[in-house]
Amino acid sequence: MTYRAKLGSLTIFALALIAVFLFIDVGDNWAYVLPRRGWKIAAMVLTGGCIAFSTVIFQTITNNRILTPNIIGLDSMYMLAQTGVVYMFGSTTKLLVDNNVNFVLTLAVMMLFAALLYKMMFKREGSHLYFLLLIGIVLGTLLGSLTTFMQVLIDPNEFLVLQGKMFASYNKVQGKLTIICSVVIVLVAVYYSRLAKYMDVLSLDKDQAINLGVDYHYVVKRLLIVIAALISVATALVGPITFLGLLVANVTYQFMKTYRHALLIPASILISIVALVGGQLVVERVFTFNTTLSVIVNLIGGVYFLYLLLRESKSK
Amino acid sequence: MIEVRQVSKRYGDKHVVENVSVQIGKGKITSFIGPNGAGKSTLLSMISRLTTRDAGEIWIDGKDISQCKSADLAKQISILKQSNQINVRLTVRELVSFGRFPYSQGKLTKEDWKYVDEAIAYMELEDMQHKYLDQLSGGQNQRAYIAMVIAQNTEYVLLDEPLNNLDMRHSVQIMKVLRRLVDELGKTVVIVIHDINFASCYSDYIVALKGGKVIKEGTTDQIIESSVLREVYDMDIEIENIRGNKICVYFK
Repeated sequence: MTYRAKLGSLTIFALALIAVFLFIDVGDNWAYVLPRRGWKIAAMVLTGGCIAFSTVIFQTITNNRILTPNIIGLDSMYMLAQTGVVYMFGSTTKLLVDNNVNFVLTLAVMMLFAALLYKMMFKREGSHLYFLLLIGIVLGTLLGSLTTFMQVLIDPNEFLVLQGKMFASYNKVQGKLTIICSVVIVLVAVYYSRLAKYMDVLSLDKDQAINLGVDYHYVVKRLLIVIAALISVATALVGPITFLGLLVANVTYQFMKTYRHALLIPASILISIVALVGGQLVVERVFTFNTTLSVIVNLIGGVYFLYLLLRESKSK
Repeated sequence: MIEVRQVSKRYGDKHVVENVSVQIGKGKITSFIGPNGAGKSTLLSMISRLTTRDAGEIWIDGKDISQCKSADLAKQISILKQSNQINVRLTVRELVSFGRFPYSQGKLTKEDWKYVDEAIAYMELEDMQHKYLDQLSGGQNQRAYIAMVIAQNTEYVLLDEPLNNLDMRHSVQIMKVLRRLVDELGKTVVIVIHDINFASCYSDYIVALKGGKVIKEGTTDQIIESSVLREVYDMDIEIENIRGNKICVYFK
């Protein structure tokens, strides 16, 4: 199959799944059902795209195919923000219940966290990218422990409300927020388009990239900002779904068998949409909402992750 | 000409390169020799901007490299490190085409492909240009990387131990190519090399380093001398003249 045929068939598959999702059992109430499903689909396309896009970029700049951007600790920050709000103000506070306010709050907290982390790192010239990741892991663990600490102290009923925020969910997506997100994503994409040409060279390695004239620190810094923005937007909209990225990025590499990001990135976005829409269909139609999307994604992603690890160790 | 002016590099308290000044002439093969830990590779990395320096200046063709844009330098100077581990799966031809990035920013023109074809032909890689790098031997891989550097078409070509892990036949092949780059295409080649006899047979100029300092530099004839080499390597090395080449005998 040529690359074009691969991308074409992925597009058709994604569109077909979207059509099934939109029109299955639509019944007489279509005027009510269709817009609701439409917003859901829009949110899945946006967040799926964000996660796939940022994971592929992240794996390229770290030259590592088993890392995902949640290693910087953005997910943990999201969880801490949600838990902190319930801990301090209870589960009926506007900060948690009002989706718009909650969205702005979590987005702001995550962006602030990323800004502080990056600022701390980039102050020192020439510090290694892996050092940033290490700090991210340490901070992520610290935030995770704080979150658990607060969770065991709060009222069990309030914890149940909080639990609704702990897994990615498309069941309460708001139209207005989805529009705001798409605007942010378009802006980020425009910002990225200036950097796109460096991606293939960065996948060689740092020294080769510098040898070929890439201003390495300048470019990587900006790519990290792109990643933080996309992850924050996606997480604030539907909850933590970065685990999806590992699955999607690696399936993309296996499927496309190319190093060119002009092909990898669109393919990863399409595969991500397929995974999300397909997963949501399974959640709604097979399990009739008795499970959440992240459980499905984590189950499949986890098994695939183990498979990757086993295959790696065999080839050595 | 590359001018290195009082360059130093420290890791913690240890000076890896200390106050080194060297001039590298155009159209020659210059070899950096010296024992392990002499700072040869670090010096080469600093000249090619892969490693930052703590003090000193490096001038290439009358320009301070810290004032130059990295993208412009990539058309002037290229470096090949001793180990090239890349995570992506590339064919030889794809790898070589990366050498054109400084000129085309990834969108290769017909002219760029012409350079790629020439570089592949120069390294005699036509038969295997569509094979993946992980299907090739170490020597073939090294030739592919050198082809990439040739496609980059820079005046200065820096190589860090290009003969590392190669057998005699491939080593000779690589050194002959480097010689041809200088003699036929007028390039300037700088190499870090451990095999003193390859340095003796192929280079025009030798810089001997030890403990982060230049202890001797000069033409090949001046450096390949028992007295000089004793100072560099702390061992007695006899030098025999075999068919016009100075060969060092140090095995027993």
